[in-house]
Amino acid sequence: MKQKTIGKVISQRELAPAIFDLWLETELARDVKPGQFVGVFPKDKSTLLPRPISICEVNEEKTALRIVYRIAGQGTKEFSGYQAGETVQLLGVLGNGFPVEEGLGKRVFLMGGGIGVPPMVQLAKVLSSKTGECGAATVIQSIMGYRDAQNFLKGELERYGEVFVATEDGSVGTKGNVMDAIRENALKADVIFACGPMPMLRAIKNYAEEQGIPAYISLEEHMACGVGACLGCVVKTKEVDHHSHVHNARICTDGPVFEAREVEI
Amino acid sequence: MSLENKILSSQSDAGEAWMPDLRTSIAGVEFQNPVMTASGTFGSGMEYGEFVDLNRLGAVVTKGVANIPWPGNPTPRVTEVYGGMLNAIGLQNPGIDVFMERDIPFLKQYDKTKIIVNVCGKSVQDYVDVVERLGEEPAVALLEINVSCPNVKEGAIAFGQKADALYNITAELKKHARQPIMMKLSPNVTDITEMARAAEAAGADALSLINTITGMKIDIHRRRFAIANKTGGMSGPAIKPIAIRMVWQVAQAVKLPILGMGGIATAEDAIEFLLAGASAISVGAMNFVNPYATVEILEGIEAYMRQYKVEKLTDLIGAVR
Repeated sequence: MKQKTIGKVISQRELAPAIFDLWLETELARDVKPGQFVGVFPKDKSTLLPRPISICEVNEEKTALRIVYRIAGQGTKEFSGYQAGETVQLLGVLGNGFPVEEGLGKRVFLMGGGIGVPPMVQLAKVLSSKTGECGAATVIQSIMGYRDAQNFLKGELERYGEVFVATEDGSVGTKGNVMDAIRENALKADVIFACGPMPMLRAIKNYAEEQGIPAYISLEEHMACGVGACLGCVVKTKEVDHHSHVHNARICTDGPVFEAREVEI
Repeated sequence: MSLENKILSSQSDAGEAWMPDLRTSIAGVEFQNPVMTASGTFGSGMEYGEFVDLNRLGAVVTKGVANIPWPGNPTPRVTEVYGGMLNAIGLQNPGIDVFMERDIPFLKQYDKTKIIVNVCGKSVQDYVDVVERLGEEPAVALLEINVSCPNVKEGAIAFGQKADALYNITAELKKHARQPIMMKLSPNVTDITEMARAAEAAGADALSLINTITGMKIDIHRRRFAIANKTGGMSGPAIKPIAIRMVWQVAQAVKLPILGMGGIATAEDAIEFLLAGASAISVGAMNFVNPYATVEILEGIEAYMRQYKVEKLTDLIGAVR
């Protein structure tokens, strides 16, 4: 059940320049799937709309959730100043999340680019805690793309499997993007879970189609309501969508995660 | 103070509970209260039914529906502006067939809440087709005719910015409609009262206003338009004074009942619209900010009526002096 509710800031720190790591105590943490997101409302009344931010992690007690976000405008700039004890309005839990069951017992790529890295933390945690049929282990390889040596969350992902890094400036790992890192390290997988900028997701869609493997990609778009009413955040789909019977799925409710073959990006 | 009001106030002074009469009507359709939803911000109620009891609303005004499915505009379709937002959705909708099979039965479950369907089209015939289909469904109480969407190239606003075009489409739809028709007026005109008079002269049963105000935002970092359509319709609290002014002007100019909207965020805002001359009000963009806004506004109107010992909501309509 979606709701608008209060979150209480537990802690906040800057992970990398303009990248913030915020833990919030909230009842929304009770039932979260990896890849879902929350709407965070700025307090400044000139900024009205909830900011959609993916959930990076949920604590073990399911009483708090963590968001890792980049300052992208006025709202996120305000969030970056929040101190422990402050309250914030949240809308959630939103979106469908990653289909974890599709990865169990398989060789899985987790691919994140820039501010698309954070949701991979909770996904890695959940995937690694479960096995597939007949107890087959899930083998996780994370391939993360960053601009430079500010490789936030890399250490945390290493707890769940090997991590390969690509950097635009070549300062760490493969110089180039996540696809270059796959080629350079001759990596193979049965299924891909990804979140990142559109050019990266397009490349992953093409790669997955060539390899004949499924890729579950998390999309981003400007949103207003976050709950599927305003039709602001749509993506072109191969099949007719169930809501408007055109070829436009709602990213906020039908997504943000789509099987790459279903969407035309 | 009338005798009735004196009795009422003495009762409440004695601490006895009394219920303000929140009922209102538009074109002969009676509503349990004046709180409705602005078309396009509330779908057909399914999404917000998770947050509010739809049976508490005066009416759900649906997203615009055309004769066939419309895909809408490219993205980005929405962006925030100071105290509001711009949208250029482009009236994405599933068309009247799906709407009749899925959305109407859903809304019929909420028998206390009236159904108002927003109708859009590219040609007069498109509108006629939808209006005739809706005529088959007695559960639809009222039709809101969208002649003011600023975000589609053909139809819609083309009928709402010229008085003669508005007159013609209103007169034509009146011939085909079984339900009363409410023309939704655009604020993007020089004189909105001229449009209101044209609709009234053509036989419209009611008016709703305002639709969004055309605006633009440029992303200076990317040097691109913030929304793909370049222009979009502005809504949100920042437009409220314009909407109040227009509701008041139109209320002075014509006798038709008015559904007022434009930036309503609180009960106080809603009461301003009623005092300016609206018979009912719609909550739009604020649903996105506060999904409980409709019911909170309803409760706030009721509290205001108790505070000022207003017996009937209809006593507030146009009561500004």
